[in-house]
Amino acid sequence: MRQPKVDVLIVGGGFMGSASAFFLRQRGRSVTLLERDVVGQYASGVNFGNVRRQGRHLGQLELSNRSWALWKRLPELIGEDLEFLPSGHMRVCYREDEIPDLEAYAAAPEARELDLKVYAGKELHQRFPFLGADVKGGSYAPHDGHANPRLAAPAFARAAIRAGARVEERTEVANVEKVGNVFEVTTTDGRIFTADQLLITAGAWAQKLSAQFGEPVPLDTFGPQMSVTEPVPYALPTVIGVYTKIPHEVIYFRQIARGNIVIGGGVRTKPDMINRRAHVDPHSTINQIQQMRRLLPGIGNLNIIRVWSGIESYTPDSLPVIGPSGKVDGLFYAFGFCGHGFQLGPGVGDVMAELISTGSTSTSISDFDIRRFAIVTEHASKAS
Amino acid sequence: MATSSRLTVSQSDSPRVVIVGAGPAGTRCAETLLAAGIKPILIDENRRDGGQIYRRQPEGFKRDYPALYGTEAAKARDLHESFDRLRGQIDYRPDTLAWNLTAGQLCCVNQGLHTVVDYDALMLCAGATDRLMPIKGWQLAGTYSLGGSQIALKSQSVSIGSRVVFMGSGPLLYLVASQYVKAGADVAAVLDTSPFSKRIGAMPNLLARPGLLFNGMKLLAQLYRAKVPVHLGVKPEEILGDEQEGVSAVRVQLANGNTLTVPCDALALGYHLRPETQLADLAGCGLRFDEVSGQWVLAVDEEGRTSVKGVYAAGDGAKIRGADAAEQAGRLAALALLEDLGKPVSRQLVDDVRKSLVVMDRFRVGLAEAFPWPAAQAAALPDDAIVCRCEMISAGELRGVVREKGACEVNRAKAFSRVGMGRCQGRYCSQAGAEVIAAESGVPVEKVGRQRGQAPVKPLSMYTDEVVS
Repeated sequence: MRQPKVDVLIVGGGFMGSASAFFLRQRGRSVTLLERDVVGQYASGVNFGNVRRQGRHLGQLELSNRSWALWKRLPELIGEDLEFLPSGHMRVCYREDEIPDLEAYAAAPEARELDLKVYAGKELHQRFPFLGADVKGGSYAPHDGHANPRLAAPAFARAAIRAGARVEERTEVANVEKVGNVFEVTTTDGRIFTADQLLITAGAWAQKLSAQFGEPVPLDTFGPQMSVTEPVPYALPTVIGVYTKIPHEVIYFRQIARGNIVIGGGVRTKPDMINRRAHVDPHSTINQIQQMRRLLPGIGNLNIIRVWSGIESYTPDSLPVIGPSGKVDGLFYAFGFCGHGFQLGPGVGDVMAELISTGSTSTSISDFDIRRFAIVTEHASKAS
Repeated sequence: MATSSRLTVSQSDSPRVVIVGAGPAGTRCAETLLAAGIKPILIDENRRDGGQIYRRQPEGFKRDYPALYGTEAAKARDLHESFDRLRGQIDYRPDTLAWNLTAGQLCCVNQGLHTVVDYDALMLCAGATDRLMPIKGWQLAGTYSLGGSQIALKSQSVSIGSRVVFMGSGPLLYLVASQYVKAGADVAAVLDTSPFSKRIGAMPNLLARPGLLFNGMKLLAQLYRAKVPVHLGVKPEEILGDEQEGVSAVRVQLANGNTLTVPCDALALGYHLRPETQLADLAGCGLRFDEVSGQWVLAVDEEGRTSVKGVYAAGDGAKIRGADAAEQAGRLAALALLEDLGKPVSRQLVDDVRKSLVVMDRFRVGLAEAFPWPAAQAAALPDDAIVCRCEMISAGELRGVVREKGACEVNRAKAFSRVGMGRCQGRYCSQAGAEVIAAESGVPVEKVGRQRGQAPVKPLSMYTDEVVS
């Protein structure tokens, strides 16, 4: 069953795929999005919900800024705000000698638009009196914030559909190839989808597809560790995250407007890739409880009412794969966001739409080129 | 089912068996294992053994068995005495919540301390909780579940209000109402959604246990003697009241079409029971949709083996058949485990226990026929009725995500609407929520899925500390 050819075929209905579909429609391209399960289920739907720019790789801030501008315009773009609250983000540390790192980041020219301010000592505890005594310093980003990840990708997909995109859920890809000038994607139900251009946004499963085009990526998978308390009166607008090199100290939290405190961090688990399920390690939850009491001592009276995990993909250099294929014309990638893709979602969608439609993008994405792994892979194969 | 395969254990001479729940099933399970030379660890959330139906009053309370357990006094005493004999010989850990698990490890909290208990075999005797159907106004203070109202009476000798209405369906409705009458409470009405005709139709199956049927009739007679109005075949419409004062009345449509408003300051609701399957779900045990009761239950074989090797289930948590069946099922699951461990087990004993359960199973079907789950009530809920009380989400909001966001599967609808995301973990709203989703999407309720279990099984205090062993 050969489907009518479209301009762009997207494989993977996460945040990146859905946003790309939407922005491609804005540029008048015909689009079909294929999703094996339902839109926004894995990394896109289960992450912490940080709409945070500070702390990112400096070379990523230009893209992140572009995304931030789109987050501000969501109601106008897609008709929903995804519960986005630009309520500020605070990156704190437990050691005096980590404060210079925060200062250096705040002083970097790339971070100029973030308006960061570093607090320490008495001033810090006056401004954020609820923080524990162990907190020694912090970098405050007034424009960052948080949103609801469960809503994001589905909302973009609905907006894309309203704008004329075709979204096929429960459609699993069996094979991808380029025949002549046309991409042919065969699904397990026997349909063949065809397009001039192909965008792979399949998250943890993307490298299976990129490998079919001779561009394997050493992608690893992990399950984030999340939990949430019962609701209490809204009092903590600032998202707080700990900057540390000690894995079990990593903890971050945000209070949503209806009162629940969402908590993430700690040591990630390995997901079950066969059943496509990821579980929270009970010890992670207990560790989070202890780390939260250190960071926010007043939280002791609350309860954890729910925990969850999901499936995220990680690259060896902790940077995503964004951009054109190094081997096949008309093929593009956006995956491997290493647990920090949520804020980038709208920006990546917009950039991919620009890149696919015009052949170039005004935002620098060269650090994320898939070819950086080709070198590693070639070296590895020579070594072995 | 892992019926044929043997269970391998880390230390073959002393398998580590953990039982969760010290009610009728857990107690008999422990007793049977101990008799075979296995000393189990028994984890129980309550401070005292007995479970729900045979809940023991706090230390120092002095009501006698007939006052506390009525017709079930002899059985309660027998179970408690059995437990008291076991108590010193097993590793009994009361006041302990099993909140999560991994393969081979049960995560427990006792008085703020977290411990991990290793197991080779897990016997889940977790019991059941009330099966609830929303009604407009049920979020008002003064609305309780039947089970909750019974606990108040049994444990603390307290009534939930000064003028109480019992509404819903099922045997517990009559049992708790008559217990309240006996305790001297003012019972304003018993409002049963099931019509009399259903009881007639269920008679052949109910006659499987004539003694219990007779007890049920006695309860009804007690209510009539106390001049408690009992209405059958009612349609609940609304619980009246306000946020300040709570419940002031309940309004229903009677079988004859007339409207009845009963003033009251408290209401106990319940439609029989739903199994506690969270731990089994977290362990990866399969569930199946039970056509008889119209709800998801654990998939177990006749002896209590779940689909996961080494995990067994007994009692109402496995199959809602009541306390007598729970005692037998607890014994049977223990025998199944012994057999899987390669221990000698009397086939005759296994067959006898299984046979006794056949009768109880027929009675279970009879109860489901006599007091059916009123699925249509969920579909008929007004848009402004709250479905999820923890998150305060209305039927209209839930229907909205089905209609506008295409969420025809319960976990998807949960993600979009928050129904089932609160501290009860969907225990009290997810079944009615599934009915609302099914009705709105035109998908049969068994096809809209079930809410996946998520830890913690019950809320986990942020004061919890790890025990360093």
